[in-house]
Amino acid sequence: MSSLIQIKNVAKSYWRNSLEIPVLHDISFDVNEGEFLALMGPSGSGKTTLLNLIAGIDRPSAGEIIINNINISELNESALAKWRSSNVGFVFQFYNLIPVLTAFENVELPLLLTKLNKSERQQHVETALNIVGLGDRINHYPKQLSGGQEQRVAIARAIVTDPLILVADEPTGDLDKNSANEILTLMDRLNSEFKKTILMVTHDPHAAERAKLIRHLEKGDLV
Amino acid sequence: MKILKLIFKNAFRHKLRTVLTIIGIAIAVIAFGLLRTVVTIWDSSVDAAQVNRLITRQSVSFIFPLPYSYKEKIENIQGVEKVCASVWFQGIYKDKNNFFARIAVDHETFFDVYPEFDLSKDQLEEFKKNRNACVVGADIAKQYNIKLNEPLVLEGDIFPGRWEFVVKGIYKPKHKNTDGTQMLFHFDYLNERLIAESPLRANQVYWYIVKINNPDKSAQISNQIDALFKNSSSETKTETERAFTQGFVSASSAIITAMNFMSFLIIGIIMLVLANTMIMSSRERAREYAVFKTLGFSAKHLIGLILGESMLIACIGGGIGLVLTFPIVSGFEKVIPKGFFPFFFIESSTIILSISAAIIIGFISAIFPIQKALQTKIIDGFRYVG
Repeated sequence: MSSLIQIKNVAKSYWRNSLEIPVLHDISFDVNEGEFLALMGPSGSGKTTLLNLIAGIDRPSAGEIIINNINISELNESALAKWRSSNVGFVFQFYNLIPVLTAFENVELPLLLTKLNKSERQQHVETALNIVGLGDRINHYPKQLSGGQEQRVAIARAIVTDPLILVADEPTGDLDKNSANEILTLMDRLNSEFKKTILMVTHDPHAAERAKLIRHLEKGDLV
Repeated sequence: MKILKLIFKNAFRHKLRTVLTIIGIAIAVIAFGLLRTVVTIWDSSVDAAQVNRLITRQSVSFIFPLPYSYKEKIENIQGVEKVCASVWFQGIYKDKNNFFARIAVDHETFFDVYPEFDLSKDQLEEFKKNRNACVVGADIAKQYNIKLNEPLVLEGDIFPGRWEFVVKGIYKPKHKNTDGTQMLFHFDYLNERLIAESPLRANQVYWYIVKINNPDKSAQISNQIDALFKNSSSETKTETERAFTQGFVSASSAIITAMNFMSFLIIGIIMLVLANTMIMSSRERAREYAVFKTLGFSAKHLIGLILGESMLIACIGGGIGLVLTFPIVSGFEKVIPKGFFPFFFIESSTIILSISAAIIIGFISAIFPIQKALQTKIIDGFRYVG
């Protein structure tokens, strides 16, 4: 299998006033296409920071991140935004759906940046919502859905553009056991059936078990 | 389309807050429109002045009289077409609160000098041939239900006594800014009684309106008139009607300046109110803006969302305010004494300024939230707990 994601000597530090706080130290690893990788580690180990860097919503202090032969560390803000819209699907712990939009409209959001016409968008949205099993809830607002259903809408939003990679930050962290299992099964299916490359941050060993590969981070280093 | 829907939904996410902000903007636009209307009406009396009319008054002040004999001398100056003597009569019509201009004029020349006071030929003839005839403006005729050929009685104050007139004409203002609130009667009627009762006050007028045939020669003719009476007991000061009216307006310039200042101050205050609403909204949506950025929405999309919301609220408030300004100005016009503002209407410049004010409020109020939303990094946005 070829390397879809290459992480080369990536370091990340944050600054608090003049104090440098190192978060990641010289991280290097590859992720193959079609991989389902779980990043585990205690709080403050840098796993979310690493995920953010791979997803292109933050920039490394040093090193390179090459995804599908594009060095995203070198892209400017607008190019990076464009790259994210077509290459990355995001699933967050707290779903982050827009409360004034229906499930359909939330899933449709990323498609507004594409050249698809209305009927094509509708087709894509319905497909994505059917995949996550919410084809019958398209007109529901987030507050009318359960936590598990909200997360499934978020997953539909993440996959509706058919992105190269799917990043999930603690996708089951805010869910009960049954809902968490449903979400993990869904992600499993996206990986096995739809061949999506998935990177998932979790501190839940039960969730990490569903991944094909687990990497551990501790105090900013891969262990 | 979806973005517009989102802007609309965002704007009304906190209905009470948005509705209160809209009401605030509407009230501000109404107050702005009302104040601007007063200011522009004040100024439009200057605009209504004609360039071919001069006003000759006593050089010290128009409260001092001039001899009526000056009229003939002024008429003889080359370039002078007509001269009309005028006396501010004042008096009380039924109640002292019924204020409108009551002026004794040369009945033969007044309507030649003021062609914008539209009086039918029949009524003009009736007015001219009856010594105690008077003509009233259509606005006060309507307000006080004054009818043709009915008696009209004034209780004199500057000129004491009971003064009886018969309404022989009702003139219509030809233009929007023509005064339709005057009562005009024969100077001779006043003068004859003064000769009999107060001879020292007889044969005196307070200003002459001089109609000239060439406005370009107004300065020359003014100088000629004033030169005629130089070193006399009643020297004159002649100026264009515009300059004369401007003098009145200037006397009130402090009030006008204050009203102008207040009108813009109101806009400034409401701008802060909307800015506050927008700042609160954008702060609450810091996570959502982070989501939008994460999904690939660019700076221009976020600017569109925030600016659109701000403009929507400002335009709804401004629109409601503008629509309500018309009945409110109309109501204000009914409440104030008719003669205080001879004409009262919303100038198109006021409408344009009100619309512009709403747009500017919407635009400026969005600047800080936009700046904040653009500067906030995605990861900081996700950390925000609203």
